[in-house]
Amino acid sequence: MHHAPDSNNWTWLQPLLTQHQGQAGGLLPLLHDIQDRMGFVPAGAVPLIAQAMNLSRAEVHGVISYYHHFRTEAPGQHVVQICRAEACQACGGEALMDQAQASLGCAEHETSADGRFTLESVYCLGLCASSPAVQIGDRLHARMDPAKLKQLLAVAGGAR
Amino acid sequence: MSARIFIPCDSAALAVGADEVAQAFQDHAAARGLVVDVQRNSSRGLFWLEPLLEVQTEQGRIAYGPVSPEDVPSLLAADVLHGGAHPLCLGPTEQIPFLAQQQRLTFARMGITRPLSLEDYAAHGGWQGLQQALSQSSEAVVQTVLDSGLRGRGGAAFPAGIKWRTVLGAVSTQKYVVCNADEGDSGTFSDRMTLEGDPFMLIEGMVIAGLAVGATQGFIYIRSEYPHAIATMRQAIALCESAGFLGSDVMGSGQAFALQVRKAAGSYVCGEETAMLESIEGKRGIVRAKPPLPAIEGLFGQPTVINNVITLASVPLILAKGSAFYKNFGVGRSTGTLPFQLAGNIRHGGLVERAFGLTLRELLFDFGGGSRSGRPIKAVQVGGPLGAYVPESQWDVPLDYEAYAAIGAVVGHGGIVVHDDSANMAQLARYAMAFCALESCGKCTPCRIGSTRGVETIDRLRNSADKTQPVKLLRDLCDTMLNGSLCAMGGMTPYPVLSALNHYPEDFGLTAPAPSVE
Repeated sequence: MHHAPDSNNWTWLQPLLTQHQGQAGGLLPLLHDIQDRMGFVPAGAVPLIAQAMNLSRAEVHGVISYYHHFRTEAPGQHVVQICRAEACQACGGEALMDQAQASLGCAEHETSADGRFTLESVYCLGLCASSPAVQIGDRLHARMDPAKLKQLLAVAGGAR
Repeated sequence: MSARIFIPCDSAALAVGADEVAQAFQDHAAARGLVVDVQRNSSRGLFWLEPLLEVQTEQGRIAYGPVSPEDVPSLLAADVLHGGAHPLCLGPTEQIPFLAQQQRLTFARMGITRPLSLEDYAAHGGWQGLQQALSQSSEAVVQTVLDSGLRGRGGAAFPAGIKWRTVLGAVSTQKYVVCNADEGDSGTFSDRMTLEGDPFMLIEGMVIAGLAVGATQGFIYIRSEYPHAIATMRQAIALCESAGFLGSDVMGSGQAFALQVRKAAGSYVCGEETAMLESIEGKRGIVRAKPPLPAIEGLFGQPTVINNVITLASVPLILAKGSAFYKNFGVGRSTGTLPFQLAGNIRHGGLVERAFGLTLRELLFDFGGGSRSGRPIKAVQVGGPLGAYVPESQWDVPLDYEAYAAIGAVVGHGGIVVHDDSANMAQLARYAMAFCALESCGKCTPCRIGSTRGVETIDRLRNSADKTQPVKLLRDLCDTMLNGSLCAMGGMTPYPVLSALNHYPEDFGLTAPAPSVE
């Protein structure tokens, strides 16, 4: 899974910076690589990214904060994404968000107290003919209902 | 010879347990001492039947579905490998009415081939369009696309050939082809199916576009919500590079075309072409003012062809079979076919490729079989979150770009989201404004501020006794957004809002039809 971030040690970042430095429009691919590795884009990486990409810190920050996908804090072990878009709404998708909040004891954009889950909305997973849909970690689940979601979250939460 | 079965690897099949079914099949078959070749194909797009298992028999493929891992022992006991009778048996796949009534041109291979098999692709008509293109001049290829009448399938419906001709005529040492695969509209999945299920078709279309306009570099901008699509496209590109379909010498022609995937980052507005260019350049996805047109000054300031996945994926067939073949499908200026996507509260949801000109009623009932809930269908949103809600009185209007424009609606990318009578249209109108507020890039005021004010105004309309003032204000606001926004995000958010207000006034607490603004 993700490596624990070490605020004093950025040696892992250097190869990524080198890889994307010369790439046209390389900032998004770089940020993706960082987030894929760390689970988020650490604030401490921003000045190093800016320097390597010949951008201002404000520009890098602007890009990170513009896109919903990029995180600036470590997420829980599993990111739970509930689709809130129309095709899922049409088949009871809103009840899934209620169930997820009840199961995890946290609101949207929050991480459960045990650190296992981060709850997010997503606007379309492309499973609109089999709605409502959710994604837990890397796994997609379609034709969901609150009872099935409760079960999936219980299984993903696993034994303590 | 071992028996051969097919279980799709499309996301919509995986999301309902296709991997588990494939594993169960292998385990149980092995336990019975049976040798089975389990192939992971693309999906037919009959999503209510996924996971759909098909068996190759002498009479063609026989389908079973929806299959769960628990069904596998009884399927094997019923001699599924020879098409044996079973309660889940659907008969020959291609005789399933939902599929038999379609005109699959772009989706001809869908559900038949393995997405990453170059062998399957070539055996089912792949690369014929590119071979044709290589034997012609650039001008002739562009003319063929122009003559086919192909219009942008992303939603804007701009003639593809005109864009191509503009880029061909632009003078530059570097030109680009960009595929917009930022399919963010709810109710759409035809791009996803193509990226995951027939990636070589898209690559072939992009190579043809590159050769036609003189571009040597292509980008496919794929949304981050589609991880399977990204992975499949990256593998497909690597396979094409090894096989000589991409690189410095495309199919021995001496012409170069390189391709790479760029992963988006969850911004809906980046589906707008100029915001997408900004994003590929590594910036915030802020919409650019036009002109200059991207065909003249696009990616990194260079002439750029930007087309949607389905537009580019339609090109190989047009080149292979000729513009007349393609143009014979469709009606009026809406030529060819569109992969309609039936979604939401529909019994038989999935992909329906048909020539333009069929009606929503045919799609909803002849294909879709009515609502999934069994309740009456109340409203149908056509063309994504920025499309109008179409009431029953308009379900017989032919689905073509002009006929839909005439009723204040859009065909868009062909997404069709069905709502039953439990839907509250005022709530959905509010959602449209709230979504715009969430996703607005912020560059223009009507979209950035108007969407937030729209949410507030709809709330006031729903909650106050005096309806006249808020209705007037909402219509006025929609007029400003429609006419004053820089792109379709703010400019089309009024479509769902006004159509909900006009056709379902009772949901807003209005007794009479909502008064129009003078």
